[in-house]
Amino acid sequence: MRKSISLSLLALCLSISQLFALWGDSTKLANKAILPDADNAGLKLPAGFGALKVADSVGRARHIAITEKGTIYVKLSRLVNGKGIVVLRDNDGDGRAEEKGAFGDFGGTGIAISGKWLYASSDEEVFRYMLKPDGSLVNPMSPQKIVTGLINRRQHESKSIALDGMGNIYVNIGAYSNSCQEKDRQKGSKGMMPCPILDSAGGIWKFDAEKTNQSYGDGKRYATGLRNVVGLDWNKQHKQLFVMQHGRDQLHDLFPDLYDQKTNAEKPAETMYAIKEGSNAGWPYVYYDPELKQKIVAPEYGGDGKKVSTDPAFQDPAIAFPAHMAPNALLFYTGNQFPARYKNGAFVAFHGSWNRAPLPQEGYYVAFVPFENGKPTGQWEVFANGFAGVEVVTGTRGAQHRPCGLAQGPDGSLYVSDDSKGTIYRIMYNGK
Amino acid sequence: MKTARGLLILGVLNFAVNGFSQTAKPINKLVMDNGKAVYISRCLTCHQVDGGGVPRLNAPLDGASAVIAADKAKLIRIVLKGYSERVEIDGEYYSNNMAPQADLNNQQIADVLTYIRNSWSNKASAVTVAEVKAIRAKLK
Repeated sequence: MRKSISLSLLALCLSISQLFALWGDSTKLANKAILPDADNAGLKLPAGFGALKVADSVGRARHIAITEKGTIYVKLSRLVNGKGIVVLRDNDGDGRAEEKGAFGDFGGTGIAISGKWLYASSDEEVFRYMLKPDGSLVNPMSPQKIVTGLINRRQHESKSIALDGMGNIYVNIGAYSNSCQEKDRQKGSKGMMPCPILDSAGGIWKFDAEKTNQSYGDGKRYATGLRNVVGLDWNKQHKQLFVMQHGRDQLHDLFPDLYDQKTNAEKPAETMYAIKEGSNAGWPYVYYDPELKQKIVAPEYGGDGKKVSTDPAFQDPAIAFPAHMAPNALLFYTGNQFPARYKNGAFVAFHGSWNRAPLPQEGYYVAFVPFENGKPTGQWEVFANGFAGVEVVTGTRGAQHRPCGLAQGPDGSLYVSDDSKGTIYRIMYNGK
Repeated sequence: MKTARGLLILGVLNFAVNGFSQTAKPINKLVMDNGKAVYISRCLTCHQVDGGGVPRLNAPLDGASAVIAADKAKLIRIVLKGYSERVEIDGEYYSNNMAPQADLNNQQIADVLTYIRNSWSNKASAVTVAEVKAIRAKLK
C-alpha cells in the first residue's frame, strides 16, 4: 500500500515536472530524455554522434525550418492531401514528433524563419506567415504574398530562400537550361551569346522581406552566373550570403569528342560561392574543373575541355566538391551542442548524383566544411552517410533516402530532411 | 503516293504479325545488342543503367506505361521529337527536357526501342523499322 502511494506520488511529481518543462521550454527536458535510435536511424556518423528519426513518410520533404521552441516546419515539393507544409511537434520530449499537422496549398522547396515570420516558397512565389511565441502560426490559412511572378519553366524550378535578418530575402531563380545551348541538351548545340536566360534566372534575386507583391521590377539581381542554387545560407557571423551551385550536366553526351565518360563523371565541380552584391559565378560561359582547379571555358562557348577562362568578371568558388552530387542545402552551424570545431562551419546536404552514369553514383550524404575567419579551410569531410541504404547506388532511384534540407534545432541538434521517403532525421552529439 | 500506300500495307502487315505475337516471339539477340549500344550512347545518362530514370527529373523507362504500350507510335514520336512539356507521366512530373534523337536512323531507333521494351521488367513486342519509318514520314 505504502509502496503504491509513494509510486503514484513519484509519478505525479514526474508528470508535474514534465508539465512545467513543457510549459517552459520543452527542448531542455528533451535534451536529457532523448535517446538516439538503436541503429542511429540507419546513418553512419562520427564518434560521439547519434541520430533518430523524428518523423517518417511526411511527403517530399524539401527544406525545413525550426522555431526557437522546437516546432518543425517542412516544405513539401508536392501536395499531400492538398497541403504543402507539414508542421511537426514533439510534445512528450522524446525527440520524436507525435503531433503532425499540415497547411498551405502550394508545393515548393524553400522555407525559413526570420524573426516572427515563417517564409515559404512555391516554384513561382514567396509567402510568409506570422508566428506566435509558441511556434504555431497566427493564421495558417492566409499568408502574405511577398514575391510573385518568378520564372518556372520546369527545369531548376526550386525557389530556395535565405534571409539576412536585416530586412532582406534572397531568392534563387534557377536557369531553365543545362548550359544555355540554342537547343537545350542537344548534342553539339552552341551556347547563346549572350545567354538571354540570365536576365530573369540563373542567379540570386534580393527582395524586401517586409513588402508584399514584389516581382522582378521591385527586386535586384544580387548575383548572377549561377546555374541553379538549391542550398544557400546567410552567414550571420560575417554577414555574407553563401550559395551552393549545381554544376552543369552531360559534358560527354553533348561533346563526346572532348569528354569521355569518366571525365564526364568527374567534371565539373559542385561549387560553393561567397557572394557579394554583383557576384558572377560564370555560368553558362565557364565551369569549374576540380582536377585542374581552374575555370574552364564551356564547350558550348568555344572551350576544348582545357581552355582556361581569363575573364576577370567570373568569381572563383570558395571551395569545390566532386561533380554532380547535387548540393541541396547549406547551413552554417551556430549551436553549442556539437564539439567546438563545428561552430561556424558549414553543413552541406548532397542530394546525390545521376550524371555520373554509367559509373556508380555519388553523394547522398551530409558533408561538413570547416571554416576559419569566414572562409572554408580548404578541407571537407563526409559527416552523415548511409541515407541511400545501399553500398553502391547504380541508378538514382536505388537510393532509399536523399538528404535535401538542413536545420538547426534550438538545442543545437542538426535536422536533415529526405525528399524521397519523407524522413526527418535529428543528429545529436552525446560524446564527451 | 505509291510508296505511302506500300508503307501503309507494310504497316498493317507488321501490325498483324506483331499483334499476333505480342509476347511469344523471342527478341533477336542482335537487335537487343544493337539496341543496347544505342541505349548506352544516347539514353543511359538520363534514364540510368537500370532504366529507372531519376526521380522527378528524368522519366523512368522500366515499367513505364508509354514504353510498354501496345501503341508504339507515341514512343517513336518521343524519340524523334524529344519531350519538353509539363505532363504527368504515370502520376509523376519530370523537370528535364529530352532532346530529339532524329539523327538516329530508323534501324537504330527500332533497335533501341525494342531493347527498352524488353529490358529490366519490361516485356513487349519489338518495334520495326517500318513502324519508325511510318511515324517519321508523318512528322515531316
